[in-house]
Amino acid sequence: MRNLWIFISKYNNFFLFILFFSAAVALIVKNNGFQRASALNSSNTVIGGIYQKIDNFTQYLNLKQTNKDLSEENAYLRSQLKSSLYSKLIEQDSVLDSLGQTQYTYIVARVINNSIHQKNNYLTINRGSEEGIVKGMGVISSHGIVGIVLNVSPHFATIQSLLHADTRVSASLANSNAFGSLVWGTENFDSRKAILKDIPNHVKVRPGEEVVTSGYSLFPPGISIGRVIKTGKSGDSFLDIEVKLNNDFNTLQYVYVIKDQFASEKRQLEGDTIATNE
Amino acid sequence: MSRILLLNIIRFIVLITMQVFLFKNMGYYNLATPYPYILFLLMLPLGMPKWLLFVICFFTGLIVDGFYDTLGVNAAACVALAFLRTTFISITVQLENHETFATPSISEMSFRWFFIYCLVLSLSHHFVLTLLEAFTFSNFHYTLVRAVLSCIFTVLLILLFSLLFYQRSRR
Repeated sequence: MRNLWIFISKYNNFFLFILFFSAAVALIVKNNGFQRASALNSSNTVIGGIYQKIDNFTQYLNLKQTNKDLSEENAYLRSQLKSSLYSKLIEQDSVLDSLGQTQYTYIVARVINNSIHQKNNYLTINRGSEEGIVKGMGVISSHGIVGIVLNVSPHFATIQSLLHADTRVSASLANSNAFGSLVWGTENFDSRKAILKDIPNHVKVRPGEEVVTSGYSLFPPGISIGRVIKTGKSGDSFLDIEVKLNNDFNTLQYVYVIKDQFASEKRQLEGDTIATNE
Repeated sequence: MSRILLLNIIRFIVLITMQVFLFKNMGYYNLATPYPYILFLLMLPLGMPKWLLFVICFFTGLIVDGFYDTLGVNAAACVALAFLRTTFISITVQLENHETFATPSISEMSFRWFFIYCLVLSLSHHFVLTLLEAFTFSNFHYTLVRAVLSCIFTVLLILLFSLLFYQRSRR
């Protein structure tokens, strides 16, 4: 202690200087805005720099957790997107008319999967059994027929497209009412063309003539399918008519599933008829 | 003794008044500002106690700061001056007892000694002052130029005052 006192008194000049100078600097920093700000700033720069370094390091250590959190958040946000919501809204129209009972109602559906380049093409729509879709219903779009419902799940349905080797749709020529079946896939894999078969030879067919649904199958009569582009004889007594389809299957977005109120009745009756004939 | 005290008080009042009312408004393009009030600190008695010297310097600086609105800047500079003053005097002057109250001036000391004394002390004072004013080491050369030019200005004024009140040497 004594030695310390001797030391201090020996260099009292210097210690006095330190004392008063630090007092003055304290006054400066305390009372002058600019100096205070710059003093605080510089200390913040130093301390902030150190914190930054430490933070950089810890950030790296936490990278795994951060990644996990972010991906979880991404998944959550994705589930909030409109496109991931399954719309419960069913657009279905039926007309009340005292003269005629509605036979067909239409359910709007969105195409969520589509193919046109396969030998047998299928579509998937975002409506299923919960919306009243059952197997065997016809599907049309605003331009023409699309296909037949093949399988149904609660929320989705697959459609056997018109562009399928097994699809046969009853169609007739608009002018002559001669009917045949519209097929696709035999020696024709162009998604814009189909063949109308089984039209008798004597029917006069002109190119450009309209081809419509006949009403004998799942579709209401008179729906425009396409136009005749070429007629040709196939074998004995039937014409093979090339039809250009109105529908562009490539850009199909919204389709209408046709709900035939009397379908089951008709099927039952036809089944009975066949049974009694046998 | 009392004469020396009186002289110092008069010197203090006159120099501070001139500093805050006259020299505050003088300057050379913000590059050189004179602080001749340090002449009062330079001419404090040679052998006065160090703590008293520091206290006087500190409060003189504070008073000037009060007028300059830079609380602490001049005080710090004056404390630095006091430190250098004690060091300078202890190196260059062999104090005898009866000289304790002697005033360091041209008449008491030699002109050469007084000139160097002025130069060193005012340089230190101005350097600390400008550095604390800027409070940054960026643009350091500008700060240095300001200190040196101000120092030249101050030293010229101080020499002018000293020669004005020059008394023939009593030695």
